[in-house]
Amino acid sequence: MTDGMLCDECGERPAEIQLTTIEESEMKTHHLCTVCATEKGVSATPSAKAPLVDFLAQLGKTEQQESSRESGEPCPYCGTTSADFRRTGRLGCAECWAHFDGRLRGLVRRLQGSAQHVGKLYVHSGSDLGDRLAQLAGMRRRLKRAIETEDFETAADLRDRIRGMEASD
Amino acid sequence: MQNGGTLDGRGIAWLAGGGDEGEIVLSTRVRLARNLQGFPFPIRAGVEDSGRILDRARAAIEAADSLREATVWTIDDLDPTERNLLLERHLVSRELVERAGEEPAFAALALAADDDLGVMVNEEDHLRLQGFSPGFALDRAWRRVDRLDEEIGTVLPYAFHHEFGFLTSCPTNVGTGLRASVLIHLPGLVLTKEINKVLEGISQVGLTYRGLHGEGSEVVGNLFQLSNQTTLGKTEEELVDHLARVAGKVIDYERSARSVLIREAPTVLEDKVWRAYGILRTARSLSTREMLNLMSGLRLGVALKLIRTPRVQTLNEILVLGQTAHRSRDVGGSLDAAEADVARAAYVRDRLAAEDESTSAGSDTPNGEPN
Repeated sequence: MTDGMLCDECGERPAEIQLTTIEESEMKTHHLCTVCATEKGVSATPSAKAPLVDFLAQLGKTEQQESSRESGEPCPYCGTTSADFRRTGRLGCAECWAHFDGRLRGLVRRLQGSAQHVGKLYVHSGSDLGDRLAQLAGMRRRLKRAIETEDFETAADLRDRIRGMEASD
Repeated sequence: MQNGGTLDGRGIAWLAGGGDEGEIVLSTRVRLARNLQGFPFPIRAGVEDSGRILDRARAAIEAADSLREATVWTIDDLDPTERNLLLERHLVSRELVERAGEEPAFAALALAADDDLGVMVNEEDHLRLQGFSPGFALDRAWRRVDRLDEEIGTVLPYAFHHEFGFLTSCPTNVGTGLRASVLIHLPGLVLTKEINKVLEGISQVGLTYRGLHGEGSEVVGNLFQLSNQTTLGKTEEELVDHLARVAGKVIDYERSARSVLIREAPTVLEDKVWRAYGILRTARSLSTREMLNLMSGLRLGVALKLIRTPRVQTLNEILVLGQTAHRSRDVGGSLDAAEADVARAAYVRDRLAAEDESTSAGSDTPNGEPN
C-alpha cells in the first residue's frame, strides 16, 4: 500500500505507484510518485483497485466529451450518480444494475470477458415449492461434484437427503 | 451462536500446517460475495439499514447448519488491537475493519466453531461467505462455502439477476461473486528470476496475484496470493478447477526451481538460509517486512532440509503471531513502531531458541526424520 508514503526517488511527492523488481535475487518494492515513475518508464501497476477506477475515469472523459447530457439521472432507489460510480468504482444498490444497465453491460464485458452469468442459479421464493426445487437442484449439483471428486461420504449424505426430499413429494 | 468472546486461538488452526503441499502452499480460501434484496449496498446503506442487515445476517447464521456454534464479533465492539488481530489472522479484510468509526458500522465477523468457515457482514457487500483450509485444498474450501451459501440463501433473499448473476457493489465481483485464492511461497522462482515470467503467464490465463494481505497489499516474504481475476461467464466449478490446475503448475515450477538451486548453487543457498536464521536468532529489532523476508529464507531451508529446525508450525506461527497487533496484545497494550520491532525480535528469538534447545538436547534427528 502506498497510503501516505512519499516517493522513494524524489522524497517529495506522494507515492502513487508501487513497482516490484528483482535485484540481486531479492524482490524489492519501490514506491514512486507519478512523475518519477514516468521518468523511469513505468506506467501502471497491477494493483487491484486502481485500474478499474482509471478505466472508469477514462470512460467518463470520453462520454463527457461526446455528450454533456450523458451525466444522466441518479439511481431512483439509492441516489448513486454515474459520477459517484466513476469515482468509487462501486454501485450503490441492486437497482443500480438495472438503472445503469446500458453502460454497465459494456463495462462488464470488458472487465469480465462476458456479460452472461452461467454459474449457480438462484431462486428465492416464499413458496415452499420454489424453495424445494431450488434446494433439490443445488443438492443434485453438489452430489455430482462430490462423485467427481470421489468424496463418497458427502455423496452418500447428499443422496440420502435428496431421496428423503423426493419421497416427501 | 455466541456473541463476542475471546479471540484467543481463533482462526489460526491452519498454522498447524499439514495440509496438501503444505511446504509450498500455506492456505487456501474461497469467498462468495452476496447482497440482500431490498437494501442498498454497504457504500450507500445508512446506520439503520446496516443494523437491519446485521440483524438478518445473524438470524441466517443462527439457522445455518454449517455455522452451528459459530461466534459473531461486531467490529464496533472490538478495540483497535483486536481488530488488527483479525486482520493479521486473515479472517477479515482491511475494508471491514476500517468501517468501524464514530457511527456504529454494524460490520461483523462470524466464525464457525472449527474455524474453517466465516462470514463478513457489511463489508463491501452485505455478505462475504468465506471457506478456509490449510495447505492446497481448493475443492474442500469451495464445497464448504457452497453449502453455507445454500443454507444462507434459503433464509435470506439474495439480489440476483438472470444475466449478471449475483449482484455486487463492484462489477469486478459480479456473477458468481467467487474469489478463490491460494497463499503460496515462491522463493525458488524469485531466486532463479523466473517469477516475472510465471506472474505474466498467470495473468494471461485469467488469474491474478496479490500480497499476503490481499487486495492492494504488496508482495513480502515471497508470499503470493494467486486468485481468479474474473467472476462472470464461467461456472464456480470452472473457476475453482482452473485456479487449481494453474496453481498446481506453479507448484511444479517452484519445485523445479528449488532443485536447480540445490544443484547449481548449494553453497549460496545454504549460506542464505543460515544467515536468515542467524539474524532471526539474534536480532534486537525486526520490522515486519524484515521478519517476513528472513522467514522466507528459513522456510525454504526447512523445506529443503538444509536446516533441521524450526518446525513448519513454528514458521507459520511466527508469520502471524510475530506481527504487531499480536505482539501488542501479548504485552497488554499498544506498541509504537519501534517498540513493536523490539518486541518482535525478542519473540522470534525466544521461539527459535526454544526449539533449538529442545531439539539439540535430544537425538541427532530432532524432527523424527533421518537427516
